[in-house]
Amino acid sequence: MFHFIDRRQNPKDKSLGNRQRFMRRARARIKEVVEKSIKERKLSDIANGEEISIPTKGIDEPRFRHASSGGRRERVFNGNKEFRPGDQIEKPEGGGQGKGGKKGSDSGEGEDEFRFALTREEFLDLFFEDLELPDLVKTNLREVITYKMRRTGHTATGTPTNLNVLRTMCKSLGRRLALKRPKQTEITGLEDEIAALDSKANPSAEELSRLETLRESLKDMLRRKRWVPYIDPVDIRYNNYAPKPEPNTKAVMLCLMDVSGSMGEREKELAKRFFILLHLFLNRRYKQIDVVFIRHTHEAQEVDEDTFFYSQETGGTVVSTALVEMLKVIRDRYPTSEWNIYGAQASDGENHAGDTDKCITMLAQEVMPLCQYYAYVEILDERETEIFRNMQNGAALWQAYRTVAEAWPNFAMKRIAKPGDIYPVFRELFAKQSDKVAVRP
Amino acid sequence: MTRKSKKTKVEPLFEGSEWTFEKLRQAYAAIEDVALNDLGLEVYTNQIEIISSEQMLDAYSSIGMPLMYPHWSFGKHFLREENMYRKGFTGLAYEIVINSNPCISYNMEENTMALQALVMAHAAFGHNHFFRNNYLFRQWTDADGILEYLQFAKSYIAKCEERCGPAAVEEILDAAHALMDHGVFRYSRPTRLSKRDQAEREQERIRYEERNFQDIWRTVPTNGKGDAAEEEKTEEETESARRLKLPEENLLYFLEKNSPVLETWQREILRIVRNIAQYFYPQKQTKVMNEGCATFVHYYIMNRLYDDGLLTDGAMLEILHSHSNVVFQPGFDDKRYSGINPYALGLAMMEDIKRICTEPTEEDRTWFPEIAGNDDWRGTLRDAWANYRDESFIQQYLSPHLIRKLKLFLCVDEAEKQHVMVDSIHDERGYKLVRTALARNYDLALIEPDVQVVAVDMGGDRCLHLQHQVHDGIHLSEKGRDGVIAQVRRLWGYDVVLTGVDKGTGEKLYETSTAKPAAA
Repeated sequence: MFHFIDRRQNPKDKSLGNRQRFMRRARARIKEVVEKSIKERKLSDIANGEEISIPTKGIDEPRFRHASSGGRRERVFNGNKEFRPGDQIEKPEGGGQGKGGKKGSDSGEGEDEFRFALTREEFLDLFFEDLELPDLVKTNLREVITYKMRRTGHTATGTPTNLNVLRTMCKSLGRRLALKRPKQTEITGLEDEIAALDSKANPSAEELSRLETLRESLKDMLRRKRWVPYIDPVDIRYNNYAPKPEPNTKAVMLCLMDVSGSMGEREKELAKRFFILLHLFLNRRYKQIDVVFIRHTHEAQEVDEDTFFYSQETGGTVVSTALVEMLKVIRDRYPTSEWNIYGAQASDGENHAGDTDKCITMLAQEVMPLCQYYAYVEILDERETEIFRNMQNGAALWQAYRTVAEAWPNFAMKRIAKPGDIYPVFRELFAKQSDKVAVRP
Repeated sequence: MTRKSKKTKVEPLFEGSEWTFEKLRQAYAAIEDVALNDLGLEVYTNQIEIISSEQMLDAYSSIGMPLMYPHWSFGKHFLREENMYRKGFTGLAYEIVINSNPCISYNMEENTMALQALVMAHAAFGHNHFFRNNYLFRQWTDADGILEYLQFAKSYIAKCEERCGPAAVEEILDAAHALMDHGVFRYSRPTRLSKRDQAEREQERIRYEERNFQDIWRTVPTNGKGDAAEEEKTEEETESARRLKLPEENLLYFLEKNSPVLETWQREILRIVRNIAQYFYPQKQTKVMNEGCATFVHYYIMNRLYDDGLLTDGAMLEILHSHSNVVFQPGFDDKRYSGINPYALGLAMMEDIKRICTEPTEEDRTWFPEIAGNDDWRGTLRDAWANYRDESFIQQYLSPHLIRKLKLFLCVDEAEKQHVMVDSIHDERGYKLVRTALARNYDLALIEPDVQVVAVDMGGDRCLHLQHQVHDGIHLSEKGRDGVIAQVRRLWGYDVVLTGVDKGTGEKLYETSTAKPAAA
């Protein structure tokens, strides 16, 4: 007696619950590591490299075990080559007993670090938990709504193409049963019987009266059949469609950056972190995200990511050129009916004198109406942080942008000076909607 | 066996690597024929389940059992296994087999047909026979009841979580797991598991508590810990402190029965963990024999099938390739060496027994007069499989021939000496010493630290005294030690003192207590 059972269709992830329990348990430590990795790791790693290693403290499972050294130990090994009884062998490094190759711990229990891979979901959840972004975003960020036709039940009116045959036939059947419409088989049965009686040469009186009743009932049936049609207009049902609002799942993120000589490696690196964080966040929200990189000096151009971050340009600084380029890209490729548009601008705050006014006009009149959100970060020299702690101080561009920020709630601006700043800044950018008024003087 | 008329040539069971259920059935029938009629194995009904690799990883993490209560540590093991697997450090096992009746074995769907045949012979017959016949398993585990019991455990713990919250349950399970290795009876046979008995016992406990509930005790002031009913109980126990049957080596059992602070459901959870530990205890003691038996069986059956023309050359080559991977044994100085491979040692010893039975040398006749040349290697092996565990098996059957073949040698490592000394090697003077030492390497009583409850101060501060018998000056690793006694304190509710005492001299070597940090 034996059986084979095919379990392959059974649900996998049986241990998912245990995995979640573990994550809960180790949450504090995992979070520390995740936060550290945001601050310190190469940014390109953030989105994909989620392998982390956490200290075993708090997640170790203590057992009574023999210490790995000390005392007198006898061990048998195989593969002796030249040893004779009484030979002395150097003790291997690290004081482990026995011979080389012996592992320090047999089950990994003794390890100080526990390495494992977080799924992308888990990683981002942890990362954004602190920022509380997903919820904030749902309530605070506007969204372009598109409508899509969805099936919603049935109607009695409609176009023939939407005819629902099954539903119609059900209705028809019910009505025919209720109104007792004679079936075709019953009618032909009667007719046959009549014909049979008719063809008899000399029918008896009994048969004649029977013939009479049959004829009566046939007449009745035919009348009934006429009255109760097979399909009546009241039976007919159409599939109904109604427009349903659908959140738009496409977003485009436009990164604008000043790449003139005043923006050094450090500034670009900071800007990059900011952009990546924004991208990570948008990733949570939207199914499809396009990223457009626009760099500018005294003229702006759309470039690929590498050029954007790593190529050197010289020239003046005219911010408005980037805005022009941005508008052009939006007009050409990203109609607002289909795309959620996010703008992110990084700069060191310098601008060509006289251009600033143009920027404000453009932002207020053309750019902001198109954008879901526009974030501006000004990257400061660390020495400047003291001076510019107050929101009111600042270079021309900062001063000018403040007027835009006051007019548009979905315009945000912040200053950052070191990598550690980005994380809180990012949080403020998205969390500030409610207390924005309070911050402003 | 399918035999075409007029042709003397036998059709192979299968060709190609794809498996189908039909092919599995045919292969199973052929394997069963050899296993039962040639080797004379006696097995539980087989239930072979085909699972995917993800499911195999799932099975790993819940210590291989098809049903298990949830706990974060299983999630941790899962993550580790998954990480190792994804990175390619370890392959997945081809199968997992469970000591239950019917005997459940999991085969991976990714296995080729040849591997499926190998795995069936290995698990469904080798391990299965061992589980059914070895005395440790027969006496100490209940193959009929285990699945039912796990079902009970799982639903019981789920109920507790519902009632008391997952955090409270997790706390008890953490503590119980820390003592899992010390939650087994080593010398007296445990009672059979039965779900109905479990339910009854629980009912009985509740009834007892209800009967003995006296509301007036609630008004007696207590010091926060332990309620009135328990006060009453411990008072009774003060009298009977001598009757606690100390020393007690089963720490979980002791705490379940005697802890002054645990509630009924907490005691039941300790019992569940203890029962599961007990269930796995024989497996820990028979790694070499169990794997050796399964490997010997699959190797013999596969060769038989090949000799009978039931396996193609290709299939046999693949099987041999997997087989030799499994029994690969690098030398001690090899980078890949990580101890003696139980598969290799077990198989080598069993092959050697077969040799002694059929072609004994003079040496074998002196060393093994009872079995040398008896020509009944099947019976001899079945007897060995049934009546030994690793330690006694090696002590009984490791032959000088095999010691020479494996070039076994014994090293003595003393902490205070600068060098490791080679004590004995594979020569006339060394055989017995090497054999005894190797057997001791597999003696759980020596591998696992010997910690027992020795005294309870029931009249005073209720301090629980544990004693660690220090063998050969080998201490406990401190991190684990302090972690565990903290957990014991949680279960006991009062301070716990662990004393290390030298086994030989009785001299006190160290003392550690949970009271110290509190005082500091």
